[in-house]
Amino acid sequence: MSGKPKLYYFDGRGKMESVRWLLAAAGVEFEEEFLETRDQYEKLLQGGSLLFQQVPMVEIDGMRMVQTRAILSYIAAKYNLYGKDLEERALIDMYVGGTDDLMGFILMFPFLSAEDKEKQRAVIVQKATSRYFPVYEKVLKDHGQDFLVGNNFSWADVHLLEAILMVEEKKSDVLSGFPQLQAFKARISSIPTIKKFLEPGSQRKPVPDDKYVETVRRVLRMYYDVKAN
Amino acid sequence: MSGKPRLTYLNGRGRMESIRWLLAAAGVEFDEVYLETKEEYDKLIKDGFLLFQQVPLVEIDGMKMVQTRAIMSYIAGKYNLHGKDLKERALIDMYVEGISDLMQMILMFPFSPPDAKEKNLESIKERATNRYFPVFEKVLKQHGQDFLVGNKFSWADVQLMEAILAVEEKLPTVLSGFPQLQVFKTKMSNVPTIKKFLQPGSPRKPPPDAHYVETVLKVFKK
Repeated sequence: MSGKPKLYYFDGRGKMESVRWLLAAAGVEFEEEFLETRDQYEKLLQGGSLLFQQVPMVEIDGMRMVQTRAILSYIAAKYNLYGKDLEERALIDMYVGGTDDLMGFILMFPFLSAEDKEKQRAVIVQKATSRYFPVYEKVLKDHGQDFLVGNNFSWADVHLLEAILMVEEKKSDVLSGFPQLQAFKARISSIPTIKKFLEPGSQRKPVPDDKYVETVRRVLRMYYDVKAN
Repeated sequence: MSGKPRLTYLNGRGRMESIRWLLAAAGVEFDEVYLETKEEYDKLIKDGFLLFQQVPLVEIDGMKMVQTRAIMSYIAGKYNLHGKDLKERALIDMYVEGISDLMQMILMFPFSPPDAKEKNLESIKERATNRYFPVFEKVLKQHGQDFLVGNKFSWADVQLMEAILAVEEKLPTVLSGFPQLQVFKTKMSNVPTIKKFLQPGSPRKPPPDAHYVETVLKVFKK
């Protein structure tokens, strides 16, 4: 056993992408096993590795962790990306909750019909620019520090950068009204571990395509008829 | 200022109920403000109380906390219901997140259209009996302890207790294949703070009815 965390998921973003970001940001190398067939999934199920019969699953420190939020919380705490006390952790949890909700609008996007995709693109941009981005813009403006919480790099910064880049993929000039976020994006992108993750050849996954959608549907036998949220 | 946490939500369960359970289980008294009109909700937003324009809102220790999970994590951490170390916390988080997926189905149920209700109830039954309850039945059987994690009362126990009762309201015989969970339910009912919360007159809210659904739609109308 290598000692490195091992991620079990599809070869694509989905719910596992935030875990890849956080491990990468923490400078932690990890292995991946990609689900490609129904058989592989059923083997995992029969083997009892998936507590609630679902992926993501991450083998880490002798545990088979499931539930994305639990996994991310554990990694954040282990690698000191979770604030210095309960109050800072509360702030980080609130901010991550917001970016998680925003990314939630994007998660099912690849599974929508072409018509619903257009509508959802507008929803994503509207939520980002009227509900979420203004909050982080103000936080950064008010304290004038480089990082969202406690003047220290944390999970909240990683998650926000991930969200910003994902929304920009839907509308490239979406940050035009947010100068603080533009500066934040440049700053966080140049942190060495993040810079490395953003380079070609890293374990960052590309925007989900039809092949990804087809694989997920085939392996899970789900998500055939997804409606926008 | 009373020093007690203050909860702002509708006068009903929704996403705030798990927070009420956790505070009550921790023996913490709290005040509540009930939103009844869209105007009250819009005013909260305008006055800058709601970070992401959403409730639940819990004012606690000088913070205006939003995001249900963040709030519960804070309460659990503060009142020693989040395990003794990182690994116990990880277990508690996994259990709570799983249960929360089941609770989400119950949360949305009152808002499903009449012709989907039977199907949704069937889904809740299927998930509870095939996916979630078997996990906790096994956990309790394997370690033989009273509590889910670390032989100590935690957030996970509170959340599981809430979920069991919520599912039983819809499916009264749902625990029939789960002897460990039946024992667990009895034991939790006798934890003094939980016993108190289960008595009439506590802040516990009744199951959502038509009036609650109507209020939700009215207050959050775009």
